[in-house]
Amino acid sequence: MTRILTSLLVGALFGGGLTVSGMIDPARVLGFLDVAGRWDPTLALVMIGALGVTLPAFAWARRAGAAPLRSATFDFPTRRDIDRRLIAGAAIFGVGWGLSGLCPGPGISALASGLVPIFAFAAAMIAGMALFHLWNRRGGG
Amino acid sequence: MAEFSWIDGLAGGAMIGAAAALLLLIDGRIAGISGILGGLLDRRAGEIAWRAAFVIGLLAGPLLVLTLGGTVTVRPQASLEVLIVAGLLVGFGTRMGGGCTSGHGICGLARLSPRSMAATATFFAAALLTVAFVRHVIGA
Repeated sequence: MTRILTSLLVGALFGGGLTVSGMIDPARVLGFLDVAGRWDPTLALVMIGALGVTLPAFAWARRAGAAPLRSATFDFPTRRDIDRRLIAGAAIFGVGWGLSGLCPGPGISALASGLVPIFAFAAAMIAGMALFHLWNRRGGG
Repeated sequence: MAEFSWIDGLAGGAMIGAAAALLLLIDGRIAGISGILGGLLDRRAGEIAWRAAFVIGLLAGPLLVLTLGGTVTVRPQASLEVLIVAGLLVGFGTRMGGGCTSGHGICGLARLSPRSMAATATFFAAALLTVAFVRHVIGA
C-alpha cells in the first residue's frame, strides 16, 4: 500500500513539474524545437533543473553499498551497447515528438486539460506501444 | 506565444528531477514514463498497481497545480490526423528505443549511460529536423 501511495505522490510531483515548467504545453515544446523560429529556451532550463537534482541523486545511488529505502536493489538498466533498435526507436520517437510537441509524460498529464486532440494523441500512443509489443513478439526486425 | 519564465522552467524541472530521484531512492525504480506505461500493457504480476498509481499521479499533477492557484496551459498545434500519427510514432518508437525524454533524457543522462546519451542525441536531432521540415520547408 505504501508503495502505491509513493508512486501516486511521485507521479503527481512529476506531473506538477511538467505543468509548472510549461512542458505539458505542445506550443512551448515546439517553440524550443523550432530553432529557426522565435526560440523558446524553456525546455533547456527544465533539463538543467531536472539534471541538477538527478545527477547527484543517481551518483549517490551508484556508490558502493547503496540500496533503496524499500527495495533490495536499484532497478538500473544493464545494457551498454548502442544497437540499431536503440537508434531507430529514438529516431521514430523524435519524429513523433517533433510532429506533436508531445512526449509520453506530457501526453498523459495534458489529458487533464480535457482537450480532445490530447485524448487522440494519448490513445494513439498507447496503440503504438501495443503495436510494438505485437511486432516484438513476432520477432521484430 | 506567452513569454517564457526562467524560474518556472528551472523550478518545474527541479520538481521533475525530484520525482525521479525519490522513485529511485525509495523504491529503486527508474522514472521512465514510456517504460512505466509499457509495463502496464505487459501486465506482469506485481507490477501493475504502482505503475497505475504513478499514471494517476501524472494526471493529478496538473489538477493540483490548478487547485493551488497555478495555471494549466495546453495548446495543441497539429491537426487531429497528425496527432494520431505522432502518437503512434511516439508509442512505438519509445518502446523500441527503450525510453523517452524522462527515462533516457533525465534518468539515463544522470547515470551517464552511453545508450541514453546516444538515444537522447538521436531523438532531439530527429525532432529538430521534423519541426524544421514541417514549419519551414512545407510551411504548415
